Amino acid sequence: MDLIRLKNVKKQYKNGVTAIYDLSLSIKKGSFVFVIGGSGSGKSTFIKMLYREEKPTKGSIIVGGVNVAKLRNKKVYKLRRKLGIVFQDYRLLPKLNVYENVSFAMEVIGAKKDETRRKVLKALELVGLKNKIHNYPDQLSGGEQQRVAIARAIVNEPKLLICDEPTGNLDPDRSMEIVKVLEEINKTCGTTVIMATHDKEIVNKMQKEVISLKDGRLISHIEKGGYNENI
Amino acid sequence: MKIFRMLGRSIRDAFKSVFRNFSLSIASISCITITLIIVALSILASFNVENFTKEIEKDMTIVVFLESNSDENTIRYVTNRIKNLSNVESYDFKDKATVKKEMQQESSIFNTIMEDWNNEDNPLKDTYQIKVKKIEDISKTAKTIEKIKGVSVVRYGAGMVDKMVQAFSSIEKVAYGVVIALVVVTVFLIINTIKLTIFSRKREISIMRLVGASNFTIKIPFIIEGMILGVIGSIIPICIITFGYLAFYQHFDGYLYSKLIELIQPEPFIYEVSLIIVGIGILVGMIGSASAVRKYLKV
Repeated sequence: MDLIRLKNVKKQYKNGVTAIYDLSLSIKKGSFVFVIGGSGSGKSTFIKMLYREEKPTKGSIIVGGVNVAKLRNKKVYKLRRKLGIVFQDYRLLPKLNVYENVSFAMEVIGAKKDETRRKVLKALELVGLKNKIHNYPDQLSGGEQQRVAIARAIVNEPKLLICDEPTGNLDPDRSMEIVKVLEEINKTCGTTVIMATHDKEIVNKMQKEVISLKDGRLISHIEKGGYNENI
Repeated sequence: MKIFRMLGRSIRDAFKSVFRNFSLSIASISCITITLIIVALSILASFNVENFTKEIEKDMTIVVFLESNSDENTIRYVTNRIKNLSNVESYDFKDKATVKKEMQQESSIFNTIMEDWNNEDNPLKDTYQIKVKKIEDISKTAKTIEKIKGVSVVRYGAGMVDKMVQAFSSIEKVAYGVVIALVVVTVFLIINTIKLTIFSRKREISIMRLVGASNFTIKIPFIIEGMILGVIGSIIPICIITFGYLAFYQHFDGYLYSKLIELIQPEPFIYEVSLIIVGIGILVGMIGSASAVRKYLKV
């Protein structure tokens, strides 16, 4: 069953630059997808449209049954509660410790305290940081900070995990660790993972579904494979 | 239950934020304080002006003099006509003997002159003092009375008193204008000051949006924070008007310059004004922070 379906999506920014031209594709529930492409390929715009930071100029984007293209600003939170988002720059709150950073995601949607505690500890265990719950972000390495961000993204048990270059700031070993964590989440929780990256090594090693974009157009969409060298 | 949890969290966060961003809070509070002092003074002034304008209006009467030596029939006829006028609230009839007696009591000179007058010599006239329902229609009513047979002269507080009432009403309007203008200016100042506070929390707001907090949930702590700033900002203005007005009232013994201008009694007046000031403080803080945070909710 399709979790995401894009139909004739076009995105033109206000300054006249077109980032995406007529993009149609679908992603199945439970899959692990890499989105690859060079700078200006439209990969970031594609990712941003999935969680409705950007709205498409034309076409429809259905994520988990919700037409993101028609979602009003006020209702965006309803979509965001169904998905987790991980960024290259982690976006943790420096004044909160590991536990608080993760529980923050549950508190702001009004979850109960005991439920929050149970889920936060479970998420931190999944990313291997249960022993560092009292540390602050500046006491952690880049890889660990990214794992905290992943824990925060999955704590609400989303159906979809969107990762925008999550390994962009990490060395190859740490990058591989992060991708393994994501794979683990994909396998154990059945969460659909979409990861934008330009890390050839990871894509080639993992041999997963790959969407290749170039100059705002879909070049290829393969079920299983490595990095498309044509992009 | 969920709403209480969220509200509890919002109140906790709001208090935390006031103290965490202490210097910015002080900036907002002083800005609210200064404006509220001026607002409070304007309110005190306008309420007092309104009060003594009303007092003066209440005292305005039409005085009707009958022709000399009117007989009882004329008096009965005129009384009946006056009684039936729709704008007449009450009337007070004094025959010339009573008027004479009153004048004698008022001054010893009058007393000496009038002592020898008997009822036939008395050149004074029988009078009515009439209070009207609608002060605006006083001249119309006076003209109607003037036309009644047997009435010689009609006088009412035109001229001087009219001008005074007019002057007071413009003072009142200016004072209200000042209050409204100041409130608007404060709202803008607060918006800017709170924007500074919020700017440092932009990241937090964007993360809240990303993890699925609704705009309402994000806004509430900021709105409560604005309310707290408003309440704290109104403490000094309230102290100033409470003690200041009491001292002012006692110093002038309740009247300003003459017995004509009576000040409003401090109690419960100052409590009412204090409530209004806290209300304005809360409202201004609320509106200020609500509109400041809106800008960051478009992520």
